[in-house]
Amino acid sequence: MAVVETRNLTKVFKEGELGAVNDVSLVTREGEFLVFLGPSGSGKTTLLRMIAGLETPTSGDILIGGQVVNHLSPRERRIAMVFQSYALYPHLTVYNNIAFPLKAQKVPKNLHRQKVEWAAGLLGIGKLLDRKPRELSGGERQRVALARAIVREPAVFLLDEPLSNLDAKLRASAREELEHFHKSVGTTTIYVTHDQVEAMAMGDRVVVLHQGVVRQIGTPKEVYEDPADTFVATFLGSPPMNLLEFSDILVGFRPEGFLPAELVPGSKQVRFRYQVKYVEYLGSERVLYGSIEGSRFESKEIISRLSWTMPAGFEAGSVHDFSVAEADLRFFDRKTEKRTEPRPFPWQ
Amino acid sequence: MAISRAKVKSIGAAQDPRLGAAMFGPAVLYILALIGAPFALAVFYAFSDARIGNPTMHYVGLENFRSILHSPSFRQAVQNSIVFTVCAVVIVMVSANMLSLALQKPFRGRGLVRFLLLLPFVAPVSLGTIGWKWILDSIYSVITWVLVRMHFFSPYNTPMWLGEPHLAMASVVSVHCWRLIPFATVVLLAGSGAIPKEIPEAAAIDGAGFWRTLFQIRLPMMLPITLVAVLFSTIFTFTDMTVVYILTAGGPFDSTQTLPSLAFATGIQGSDLAAGAAISLFLVPVLVAVAYFMLRIAHRAEVV
Repeated sequence: MAVVETRNLTKVFKEGELGAVNDVSLVTREGEFLVFLGPSGSGKTTLLRMIAGLETPTSGDILIGGQVVNHLSPRERRIAMVFQSYALYPHLTVYNNIAFPLKAQKVPKNLHRQKVEWAAGLLGIGKLLDRKPRELSGGERQRVALARAIVREPAVFLLDEPLSNLDAKLRASAREELEHFHKSVGTTTIYVTHDQVEAMAMGDRVVVLHQGVVRQIGTPKEVYEDPADTFVATFLGSPPMNLLEFSDILVGFRPEGFLPAELVPGSKQVRFRYQVKYVEYLGSERVLYGSIEGSRFESKEIISRLSWTMPAGFEAGSVHDFSVAEADLRFFDRKTEKRTEPRPFPWQ
Repeated sequence: MAISRAKVKSIGAAQDPRLGAAMFGPAVLYILALIGAPFALAVFYAFSDARIGNPTMHYVGLENFRSILHSPSFRQAVQNSIVFTVCAVVIVMVSANMLSLALQKPFRGRGLVRFLLLLPFVAPVSLGTIGWKWILDSIYSVITWVLVRMHFFSPYNTPMWLGEPHLAMASVVSVHCWRLIPFATVVLLAGSGAIPKEIPEAAAIDGAGFWRTLFQIRLPMMLPITLVAVLFSTIFTFTDMTVVYILTAGGPFDSTQTLPSLAFATGIQGSDLAAGAAISLFLVPVLVAVAYFMLRIAHRAEVV
């Protein structure tokens, strides 16, 4: 097991253009499950590929286990990687796919079978060893890729969107299995995804990336509840955080915090007249799209999210008293878009 | 949707067997006239004593084959054909593999290099070979000139590229390789381009070096397309007589005479049509075997 560290890591693909990864410094913790989360083009995969040694950094250092590995080839970094497409060797059986890293790293031959069977057993694919990759389902392929990654007991696991090729139902169970798998092997893992649900569910910590820049590093709770800037605030959460602006301040609150006034606890709250325009029924919850009536934020679009336990009767066109607790407000500087201290805000 | 249905139906309505036959006809005619008829004629002549300029001919049974099998020239030609084909195909495949690997990653001027590489294949064979005839000439050879200037040879004792048996064979093989390498490279480039980028990357991460990735991942994955290249190269080489005919005309002392060039020399130049036809029939088993394997691979790799 080892800690991965990047220091001012930058990758510029075309000179003069904005870098894919810009000045990224971060440190994983021992045995941690760290998630790189960002929209497509945010540089998360490039960052991962630099750590893997598949891409050369333009500047900056990568350290694995305290050692600078910039000049080392992928095989010398003792890392394992699972690709989005799994990249199984199509002409080899599952057994030979899993045994390939052992052969390549000159592990004594008599240990191969034992190690392959151990890895296959861990992932429950012991019966598939004689098959070729094309004879496997998506979920089985993913497990073979994981088995191939784990078989030589790497110092670090790198996973590049390993669930994105699975259908929705399989994805949920595969996610659970991956979490379980990480707990049982305890290897430091870096996981790249654009899916915030995956990131929140699996990550010990989440690194939110945007345009090659780290916007925030924190636990899922931290990045969701205390976003460092407006990008994190609006990228995480679906639907995204509501933002109201006045002079140089932006105030944000989550749709699930903007509720019928009688349901908001405490006396310190901000109240609005809210006209519902459209209701999205999602079973366990309802999402209301509407706008503010009156006040200086007249006709500003606001989203509210009601759980199914809350009273019904918010038809399109109806107007209600809605409010948000002051404790749920988040303040941002409008220019820098960074988080700032709460300050007086002229609501009416 | 409705439109595509209607289209499907109109194609269905066109399934008149006569129209099908009419569409198919030209191709069948072409093959019959240009391949089937000459082949039948060759078989016919091979059992006769046909000669150019002699209007009569008789059935002579296996006489032609018997005399050919006893002829030292023929045995030499079989041996030369094998040497020529095996050497050329091996050299072509190894070089084409190297080139396709080198040309895979983008670099400055790759487009130009690819274009230059293709030139030998698109240039007319005869013109290219005539150029080589001058390059390898006993007096005017530029290669010899360079070697003499570099003091590898004295000006009075230069190699006769086309005049010494082994050198002549080497020259013929080299020129043929020069022609075929571009073709094989393009085929292999297409094959290696079909390998997803992640697979060699996964191999690198799994700890495989260049050679292991090449021999255990790349080449096995490219096997079907490589076999296609091998079989095409084999056919092109085994049946080729342009290079041999222009460079050496089979000489010196039959040392570069291959089956096609011997058939031409005997049947057309030597007027012994029957013997020429019989010689050329010896190409058939090899070509049938190659065609069989090619169809099997094509079926498996689904390139046809």
